[in-house]
Amino acid sequence: MNDFSQAFLKAIQLILNLDPNLIEIVALSLRVSLTAVLIASLIGLPLGAALALYKFFGRGLLVAILNTFMGLPPVVVGLVVYLILSRSGPLGALGLLFTPTAMVIAQVCLITPIIAALTRQTILDANNEFHAQLRALGAKSLSMMNTLLWETRYSLVTNVFAGFGRAIAEVGAVLIVGGNINHNTRVMTTSIALETSKGNIELALALGMILITLSLIVTSAVMSARHAAYNVYS
Amino acid sequence: MVMTSALPLPLKIQHLSVSRQGKLLLDSVNATIESTGITIILGPNGAGKSLLLRIAHGLERPDAGSLRWDQHIPKPEESWRTFVFQKPIFLQRSVLANLEYVLSLHKVVKIRKNLLIQQALQHTGLVKLSAQSARILSGGEQQRLNIARAWVLEPKVMLLDEPTAELDPSGVATIERLIKKIAQQNTKIIMTTHSLDQAKRLAHDILFLHQGRLIEHTPAKVYFAQPQTSLAEDFLAGKLLD
Amino acid sequence: MNQYLANAIAVATLCILLTSVQADKSPFITLSSTTSTENSGLLDYLIPKFRERTGIDVRVVSVGTGRALKLGEMGDTDLILVHHKPSEEEFMSKGFGIQRREVMYNDFIVAGPSEDPVNIRGERSIARVLSLIHEHKMPFVSRGDESGTHKKEMELWALAGVDAQRYSGEWYHETGAGMGTTLNIANGMSAYVLTDRGTWLSFKNRDGLALLFENDPPLHNQYSIVQINPDRHPHIKYTEAELFINWLTSGEGQQTIADFTLNGQQLFFPNALPQ
Repeated sequence: MNDFSQAFLKAIQLILNLDPNLIEIVALSLRVSLTAVLIASLIGLPLGAALALYKFFGRGLLVAILNTFMGLPPVVVGLVVYLILSRSGPLGALGLLFTPTAMVIAQVCLITPIIAALTRQTILDANNEFHAQLRALGAKSLSMMNTLLWETRYSLVTNVFAGFGRAIAEVGAVLIVGGNINHNTRVMTTSIALETSKGNIELALALGMILITLSLIVTSAVMSARHAAYNVYS
Repeated sequence: MVMTSALPLPLKIQHLSVSRQGKLLLDSVNATIESTGITIILGPNGAGKSLLLRIAHGLERPDAGSLRWDQHIPKPEESWRTFVFQKPIFLQRSVLANLEYVLSLHKVVKIRKNLLIQQALQHTGLVKLSAQSARILSGGEQQRLNIARAWVLEPKVMLLDEPTAELDPSGVATIERLIKKIAQQNTKIIMTTHSLDQAKRLAHDILFLHQGRLIEHTPAKVYFAQPQTSLAEDFLAGKLLD
Repeated sequence: MNQYLANAIAVATLCILLTSVQADKSPFITLSSTTSTENSGLLDYLIPKFRERTGIDVRVVSVGTGRALKLGEMGDTDLILVHHKPSEEEFMSKGFGIQRREVMYNDFIVAGPSEDPVNIRGERSIARVLSLIHEHKMPFVSRGDESGTHKKEMELWALAGVDAQRYSGEWYHETGAGMGTTLNIANGMSAYVLTDRGTWLSFKNRDGLALLFENDPPLHNQYSIVQINPDRHPHIKYTEAELFINWLTSGEGQQTIADFTLNGQQLFFPNALPQ
């Protein structure tokens, strides 16, 4: 397994040299995926909570769709977003294809169902615990929802980062809608795919290691922040 | 908030019936509860006491009959009436934030909020614990906070569902002291209990429920001295009721 | 109040992130190229020189010839740089393109396990080479992705009189992937493979693969650039795209192509006709 040790050395070397290409790619990866996570959360958290708390026509169907979409193949999402953003598609006039914004849109489509479905379950559980008490205290449905979202914030952060993990790691969707354009839409995963296809297995593996490390850093930073906050009131 | 100055009493219960899953839980209950003193809803487990109290707060709906606070059907969001659960659930926040939360729900302005919170903390002896997480309080402290949370709104009526069922004797004594104090400040108390001794110590009048039916509604003195029914007699004698 | 504060922070962060993601506004055109031109590094060498000259950036989306043409048809690219003449001519005849110029060429080669079990090294024609592979049922890896290379490969099989796709899954393997990935697979399977010389020379993971057959006229690999018809897609950057074509086929552009080498070896040979 000489490849691994060489890739490992290469990864260290890239990091220590602060390779400008690497920094650009890492920064874009983070920017795209964090933006996607933020937007997906703004949609997915209230949507998940509403699905848990409100009864309305078509709710069952919506929940079934969400649960199915949790496992959407990124390539399919990429293709659909491509067809929508293509100059020949309905939103072609915006000229968003092959831009970071297109990548954000694709990732939002990919992870909103994940965040919403997980949030629904979290809020459902919390509602079982809190509903009668909050109702008795005089909470109406909207403030009930806000309270439950806030009370479960630590679990919700975990849900959100499940979405982040998927966003930063996927390649199929961003490759199709981003185009893997150097200095424009090239991110970690598309670089790894590219270097693999060029036969630069070592460099590809090194980038893979950096991607995993990056995910680890972001996740553990969030977890320790969560832990610190949790300790104050528990 | 229909009533502001006058008490929203008497509480009129007419032919109130509730069944759940084919079982009749309240069977045509009729009663009028007046505005003074502590009213105890007494009865063995499964008599329908908690259900009656929940209907009085608007948490459940009757299937037939009516329950009115001076003509008025209760809704849980009314701030003149508060409800205390046997087992409270607190938010994962401090004692103080839990009290503040209730006041925010009812849109109490900030200056008044602080005043009410300080009062409630003092009354219940929780001043020193105000910054602590509500979730790590002892059982007795939790029940004091539970009362404080209901008291902080300065309600005209407080409904308490078995508030001492999970407490040790000293905890029971503390909570009973608090309940008496609240009643003295002109808050109408209606509470359920299955404890005869507690009813003796607190009650001005007693609604005795058994298997969903109101067996008798009498002043406490009458109830304990000369029960009007054989069921009440048996309950007082500690016999198993069927 | 905590909730509102948290919401406010979230919204503020969102705004910052969104503005930072917005693409910069300097002029650019989009070029879909085959993977061979991108992976060899040729475009990374050409584009900065063009940008220096004109201030226009060229954003390269590298895909197979089939998809590059599709992107052009849908108006998602201003230019395409591909290498399959029949497809290009069909594209032009349908009115998707407004001009097509031949730019440069290199050639295809056959690579395979360095032991060369059926000894194609000594053969004189590509038709004979493919016949040998067929006769001995030697593993052969094909792109199978409608790319220019794949289409060329199909033409070569026809030349050899072999219907290779009939043997798909037996000794003939279709990867449905790019040239690099296909070479990786050929390496792993010790299989024969047709590849363009540019990708071959820049490919790093050769291991047991060797160049076994080359220099036969049918292996000529012509690259052309096609400009998308703005009549069909009004947002197409016609003027800028035309500038690029003119530069690429000019003396300066052609010289730049000739100057590009990898390990001292020239990869592409300019052959644009003067306009």
